[in-house]
Amino acid sequence: MTVRIFIPSDAAAVALGADEVAAAMAREAVARGVNLTIIRTGSYGLTWLEPLVDVETAIGRVAYGPVNPTDVAGLFDAKFFEGGAHPLSVGRIDDHPFMKSQIRHTFSRCGRIDPLSLADYRGAGGLRGLAQAVKLGPDATLAAVTESGLRGRGGAGFPTGIKWKTVKDAKADLKYIVCNADEGDSGTFSDRMIMEGDPFAVIEGMVIAGLATGATRGYIYIRSEYPGAVACMTRAIQIARTDGLLGVAFDMDVRVGAGAYICGEETSLLESLEGRRGQVRAKPPLPAHAGLFGKPTAVNNVITLASVPAILAEGADKYKSLGTGRSLGTIPIQLAGNVKYAGLYEAPFGMTLGQLVMDIGGGTESGRPVRAVQVGGPLGAYFPVSLFDTPFDYEAFAGLGGLIGHAGVVVFDDTVDLARQARFAMEFCAIESCGKCTPCRIGSVRGQEVIDRILKGVEVDKHIALLEDLCSTLKLGSLCALGGFVPFPVLSALTHFPEDFRARPRSLADVA
Amino acid sequence: MPSWDEKRAGEIIDAHKAMEGATLPILHAVQDAFGFITDRAIEMIADALNLSRAEVHGVVSFYHDFRRAPAGPHVIRLCRAEACQAMGADKLAQQMRETLGVDWHGTTTDGRVTLEPVFCLGLCSCAPAAMLDGKVMGRVDHAKLTAATLTGSTRVKA
Ligand SMILES: Cc1cc2nc3c(=O)[nH]c(=O)nc-3n(C[C@H](O)[C@H](O)[C@H](O)COP(=O)(O)O)c2cc1C
Ligand code: SF4
Ligand code: FES
Repeated sequence: MTVRIFIPSDAAAVALGADEVAAAMAREAVARGVNLTIIRTGSYGLTWLEPLVDVETAIGRVAYGPVNPTDVAGLFDAKFFEGGAHPLSVGRIDDHPFMKSQIRHTFSRCGRIDPLSLADYRGAGGLRGLAQAVKLGPDATLAAVTESGLRGRGGAGFPTGIKWKTVKDAKADLKYIVCNADEGDSGTFSDRMIMEGDPFAVIEGMVIAGLATGATRGYIYIRSEYPGAVACMTRAIQIARTDGLLGVAFDMDVRVGAGAYICGEETSLLESLEGRRGQVRAKPPLPAHAGLFGKPTAVNNVITLASVPAILAEGADKYKSLGTGRSLGTIPIQLAGNVKYAGLYEAPFGMTLGQLVMDIGGGTESGRPVRAVQVGGPLGAYFPVSLFDTPFDYEAFAGLGGLIGHAGVVVFDDTVDLARQARFAMEFCAIESCGKCTPCRIGSVRGQEVIDRILKGVEVDKHIALLEDLCSTLKLGSLCALGGFVPFPVLSALTHFPEDFRARPRSLADVA
Repeated sequence: MPSWDEKRAGEIIDAHKAMEGATLPILHAVQDAFGFITDRAIEMIADALNLSRAEVHGVVSFYHDFRRAPAGPHVIRLCRAEACQAMGADKLAQQMRETLGVDWHGTTTDGRVTLEPVFCLGLCSCAPAAMLDGKVMGRVDHAKLTAATLTGSTRVKA
């Protein structure tokens, strides 16, 4: 009898040696005459346990991790392929506290199935959402998505049903669905994980979006920093076409970005797809009225689209029964940076930041005290520990001068210097500005200079006032949220960590 | 990396030019084939797509990925973004720049290694992260990255 073992081909697992482990497992199995089938999967998202080897046993899947190639012989000695005891055993993955306390609506299959097997996908509940959408027809499908309360996971949190309705109501010979897989926010990787671990969920979401809006063509625009996701989505699209899932009512292709953060902004992304510089377009017109090549276009984030199939399969009521306030359903939170249990954690909205960082994340990896947490990527605010009771909810974060963004949570210990982080925010804005607005293009360079003065202790009060002025100019004078939101990290650093700006240790080297 | 071959470039352009919004796919394919975008390539792409050379040039210069000069046979892309900063990326970057004797975007004097910054590789849960010749690496440190760069250079022929 052959034993099936599962090893991720997810980029984070590979970055930690999963390919080498898979090769060592295959060699050892041959050498020992053990009949193993190695299936490459996505990752469950327990990154500190990667490379994780999951074994199919009589009591379900039993996992071992983190596995090094040097551990492989010992694992065979321990008969890991029968679920044998070994120091690296983490038991049944479903019983692991990090997994057990999640509600995996969008990531239910990720880590479990062969991402490129449509049979596995179907077997694990895939395509039930589409079947339901076909049965319901466009109007009722749209109504279900609206009713579920699903809001865009790309950052702005716009209600998906309303966006789709605008596209549906637009009259045109051709409409597009564009999946935004630019995932430029630092500290985020959920789009990458689902593209590598469950690509058919993204495709199914796009087909449903097409059905609901009347769009027949689609693109998924993937950042070039994600070659694994590009390969996996490309292959999945071919398979879906052969199967007839694509190419009948709806078809789609992959397009690859070229290293520009601003191309995650939807109008810049459309410019890029059309083959131009990724400069932001003024709105109106909304992409939903005149988007790609001037046609009505729904631009949606990967996670937004991948969440739709299960909403239809399981019902809008179930989805909206989760969450809090106007933030309904689940959100795949990405715990990153200096955090002990880093990875992906999907939960209903409403957990506090402190629960996420301390209880789920286990505090810092370095073992030092947590000092600051940046939520929502490079344009997100830095939160101090005193705000750890903030619930993970769009409105709660906005109310505190921050944002949830794409739900990346980056943890820093007490060695962080928030004045330097503020400077970096300005530097990033300067590097990635599309160049259209003066405050963003020039103001961000000026912002770095001003913070440099503060870092040197030169006329600190005056320069802090200047920095605040500059932030209001950026807020008011920017066409998009790159320039418009860069004040969030800067001002939150200034507000919550003033000591890093004012009482700097001075040395001759600092002043020189 | 094969050197510039006008016939091959023409074939690549022809193979992609019917795509919707073909400029980026063509530029990626040309760069994949030759390592960078030559003046002649810009001219040929402009002709094929009915664009001005200035327009194509504008596209090439906008995106960080496209090169106008060849890189070394080994490219290290080191993440400079926040999750990696939280795990010591600034110090690592400083060490790598010193070891290689280059600044960002620079190529070592022997021409073998190019150092590029990148803002997030989606490996933020195993920071600091890097990519060496397209291979992802997590929880890197100076020793690991230096060793990988050196063994890597015996693997790839210029
Ligand atoms: C500077 C900037 C960068 C953005 N980057 C992304 C991104 O990488 N991925 C994404 O889905 N949305 C990004 N957005 C948001 C998009 O403009 C848009 O709101 C989103 O793709 C809509 O999809 P959703 O409604 O499903 O969230 C960005 C916005 C701005 C202003
Ligand atoms: S704010 Fe910056 S990135 Fe946004 S449109 Fe203006 S210049 Fe471009
Ligand atoms: S911030 Fe470095 S990989 Fe994401």
